[in-house]
Amino acid sequence: MNKIADVVNRHKPVFILAVSLILVTLPFYVSTGNMRVINRILLYTLLAGGLNIINGYCGQLCFGIAGFYCVGVYVEAVLMKTFHVNFWLALLPAGILSALMGLIVSLPALRMKGIFLGMLTIGFSELMRLIALNWTSVTGGAMGLKGIMTPSFFGIRLAGNKYYYVFLVAEVLYLFCTNRIIKSRVGRAWMSIREDELAAGSLGVNIKRYKMLNFMYGSFWAGIAGAIFAPYSSYVDSTYFTLDEGFNVLGMLIIGGQGTLVGPLVGSVVGQVLTEFLRFLQTWRYVIYSVLIILMMWVRPQGLVGASSSILAGDRAKRIAAAKESAAAAV
Amino acid sequence: MSVLMEAKSVSRVFGGLVAVDNVDMTVNKGDIYGIIGPNGAGKTTFFNMCTGFYSPTHGAIYLEGKKVSGLPCDRIAHLGIARTFQNIQLFRYMTVLENVKIGFHINTRTGILDALFHTKTYKNDEKMVEEKGYEVLEEVGLSGYAGMKAGNLPYGIQRKVEIARALALNPKILLLDEPVAGMNPSETMSLMNFILMLKEKGYTIAVIEHDMKFVMNSCNHILVLNFGQKICEGSPEQVKNDDQVRKAYFGKGRVSSGCERKEAC
Repeated sequence: MNKIADVVNRHKPVFILAVSLILVTLPFYVSTGNMRVINRILLYTLLAGGLNIINGYCGQLCFGIAGFYCVGVYVEAVLMKTFHVNFWLALLPAGILSALMGLIVSLPALRMKGIFLGMLTIGFSELMRLIALNWTSVTGGAMGLKGIMTPSFFGIRLAGNKYYYVFLVAEVLYLFCTNRIIKSRVGRAWMSIREDELAAGSLGVNIKRYKMLNFMYGSFWAGIAGAIFAPYSSYVDSTYFTLDEGFNVLGMLIIGGQGTLVGPLVGSVVGQVLTEFLRFLQTWRYVIYSVLIILMMWVRPQGLVGASSSILAGDRAKRIAAAKESAAAAV
Repeated sequence: MSVLMEAKSVSRVFGGLVAVDNVDMTVNKGDIYGIIGPNGAGKTTFFNMCTGFYSPTHGAIYLEGKKVSGLPCDRIAHLGIARTFQNIQLFRYMTVLENVKIGFHINTRTGILDALFHTKTYKNDEKMVEEKGYEVLEEVGLSGYAGMKAGNLPYGIQRKVEIARALALNPKILLLDEPVAGMNPSETMSLMNFILMLKEKGYTIAVIEHDMKFVMNSCNHILVLNFGQKICEGSPEQVKNDDQVRKAYFGKGRVSSGCERKEAC
């Protein structure tokens, strides 16, 4: 792993250029079917990314990411359809409203930890779904909202394969912003809360404030993911935002890795590879998926490319490292 | 001698249990102030009130005349009280330097917008945290460990890292809860010299400890608690010879037959 990282770092500009070129020209040589897979990968990367902020970087157990996803989708869809707001202008309100819901969820959560916080988020997720299902006058209820138009960008209609660019830019923006925040005092505060809340408080970190900020930032991106999804799917209803969807995203995060920037991407790729390319295995795909999650928690709790230098990796990692060291010393 | 930290008639009651009963304390600037007493005497509870984990049920604690009891932990850290814990609460999976960097939290101001736009505040903070981080480690003699994962270090070094991290707060007073617990005599000696070195640098320190050799050789002022009550406060000599203290530690009977009372056999 380190050797690959070394090679990449030495020729960084070349790699960045190459990867950028490939990413930008994808729609021109990839089939429509595969583009759909890639778009879904990017969507789930963004959703898992939002969840990663909350679970991975700050250690707050959130099962309810589907709730924030739901808020983002419906705010965007309603603004576009009912209020005829331009797609691009509606993005920020969708994200901000999701962030606001994140703030509201975080308030009672400040007193809770672990499974109790998890249960609170489950309640929230279901609440959003039920509102979407029953507030027929605004959300269309069980009939949902249809005909959400794909936007234009300087005259070019971003339909079909071209919608990929919206997902791509959103993901790049997410990575850029999150990278900067994580590698700053804010990120360090979040991680200190994850690692040892007691110590963090005694060092002057305002635990409450940072937990709220963390929930808001994570839910913002889940909301943006939803806002982008709305025109892509063109039709949305409350069945897209079940608890299962939330657990699905969490599963990807667990497999891919928590607490790193690439974890969500790896997890999303694994998830989509299983659902799309291993179709011949039929329902065994889901068994594999579940077994992967269990295996990951057992063998490598931080996930495939998750933060090994964190409490997420658990004591097992320490024991293995200590065992390696003593084996090396014995030699 | 200016008074740095004071406790006035501080009590803490947990339901029916009086953990701390009407305790007064005066710590002067530059002191190494020891708090001793048998297990269960209320020492850590008292410390916890000084650092904001509990509020006193009665009485108050003051830092430089300003009331600090009842404030939340992070406010108290801002006001200049830093502490270490009985079971070293280091960020075990982070490196030593990263641990110290988090110690600088209250001395930096980067917010989420500063981080996003890499403002001057962000740049200055990152520079400061990196430089001062190494400086603090240099000051305490831990530079060699900067890149090592804190949890993998020997116990004695972990202690020092925890103290170094507390120093990053630039505190007015350092509260150490049983710093030499579980250490062998040479590690204890090393940490004692470490703490004496900190005193030379001008830090004021309050220590809870059981190790009498450590306490008698480093503290210039000692508070003795037993069953939540203050039974003595004074210099090591005064405390050593106090009747109440002896009764608390050795019981009421004769120390040993045929020995002079002055020489504790």
